[in-house]
Amino acid sequence: MDALDLTLEYITSDIFFRGAQMTLLLTIISVFFGIVVGLIIAVCQEINNKALNYIVVIYLWFFRGTPVLFQIIFVYNVLPQFGIELSSFSSGVVALALNEGAYIAEIMRAGLQSVGKGQRTAATALAMREWQVMRYIVLPQALRVIIPPIGNQFIGMLKLSALVSVVAVEELLLVANQAASSNFRYLEALMAAGVYYLAFTTVFMFIQRHIEIWAKGSRKRDLANVDVDTLNSTEHMETR
Amino acid sequence: MENDIKTSPDAIIEAHQIRKSFGPLEVLKGVSLNVDQSKTIVIVGPSGSGKSTLIRCFNLLEIINAGTILFEGKAISGDDKDAWKTRLDIGMVFQNFELFPHLTALENITLAPKIVKGISRDEANEKGIKLLEKVRIPEKENSFPDQLSGGQQQRVAIARTLAMEPKVMLYDEPTSALDPEMIKEVLDVIQQLSQEGTTSVVVTHEMGFARRVADRVVFMDHGEIVENAPTDQFFSGDVSERAKLFLEQILSH
Ligand SMILES: Nc1ncnc2c1ncn2[C@@H]1O[C@H](COP(=O)(O)OP(=O)(O)OP(=O)(O)O)[C@@H](O)[C@H]1O
Ligand SMILES: [Mg+2]
Repeated sequence: MDALDLTLEYITSDIFFRGAQMTLLLTIISVFFGIVVGLIIAVCQEINNKALNYIVVIYLWFFRGTPVLFQIIFVYNVLPQFGIELSSFSSGVVALALNEGAYIAEIMRAGLQSVGKGQRTAATALAMREWQVMRYIVLPQALRVIIPPIGNQFIGMLKLSALVSVVAVEELLLVANQAASSNFRYLEALMAAGVYYLAFTTVFMFIQRHIEIWAKGSRKRDLANVDVDTLNSTEHMETR
Repeated sequence: MENDIKTSPDAIIEAHQIRKSFGPLEVLKGVSLNVDQSKTIVIVGPSGSGKSTLIRCFNLLEIINAGTILFEGKAISGDDKDAWKTRLDIGMVFQNFELFPHLTALENITLAPKIVKGISRDEANEKGIKLLEKVRIPEKENSFPDQLSGGQQQRVAIARTLAMEPKVMLYDEPTSALDPEMIKEVLDVIQQLSQEGTTSVVVTHEMGFARRVADRVVFMDHGEIVENAPTDQFFSGDVSERAKLFLEQILSH
């Protein structure tokens, strides 16, 4: 059987397809919970509470200061000693999400801080309550800053998810490795896995590109009915 | 009159001996001031004298450390959960406009009436367009703040504050961030509102405006009110040495 045929056979095989599904699932679930964790951390950082601030600092110190692989193995093998027993899939997701949260928190914080204090004060002076200021003034603007880099996190996570093969989650790379080690046809197995990875990253990049265009240009529609002198005065921002 | 709390029938805001510190720095050192219904007060004074801090205490953006502030005879001092209710009645316009850049001019104006007061979208829009006419920028309702000149932005900000129908308007140096040619268009709007009977407190360095529009002029220095006089008297030179010195300085450039 020549290389191309075998590669194609792998790509279309059930086991590779399921591995790819698993990789995609791991990525999406981990980023999703990473966003939840990141949001909680970002809010804790904004709140003036010494104890909470300390916990956050330790959290970030640990998850940014150790390898992800270390964290995965830790969750899978060490936590059971403390009575927390997770399946290999859950262990993978927990470790990836906790690690991801440490980075997404930073993105969220940058987004929240992109909205100036003056605007918050103005909204407060208009009798808005704190949650209304958050909901109507801060978040809509912060999201434009937060969403594009989160697209990057998806791409990063897709690649990071291969690490959970270490705890025997049947994701794409583990499947490829197992296939290859039975017949030593590494080229074909890795090509098949590579095709899946590249297909996913291409789709993610495509989506991200569109979200970026949305974030930058969701106001273009409104420029259509602007008169000439305002257009001139806004030229500086359009030619950026 | 300095020390005891005396409710005066004309006053809508009465500040009695209020004190405010930021850390070790005392910024308001026992300030008393009455703001009378339908009148316009202009506050002047050197940088750092506590003008902004004083009016920010009125709408509870700053919480005083001592003294009392009465609004319509009721104490508003103290940081309570109901601060926002006080702000329904006391609106503020800022030096740097602080429009919401993600919203159009009209949306800037209608947001708070809709979400705070629960006014319907149609009603809010209709009123918003009327307000834009009032501040003399009709046809800009769909422009975003960065498509407007500074003067236009400040007038939208005034309309945004008016949309809440406050009983008092506070202006904190409303023209200080503007190019000279735009100052007049903003001051004209404030003057018109004042002449229509809007109770106003205006912190400004525009002495011509003060002379034309103010009923009283208040001069602050080092966290104290040094002078509080009817406008004619203030500009006639019948004032304290400190106020005179300040006036000379500011009028000479
Ligand atoms: N949030 C704050 N924290 C610490 N210090 C403050 C704060 N706000 C004001 N100050 C200080 O209080 C003093 C009075 O400030 P304020 O803004 O009231 O003066 P101002 O009369 O409005 O001056 P300007 O004409 O420059 O606006 C200044 O020394 C200022 O640095
Ligand atoms: Mg000031």
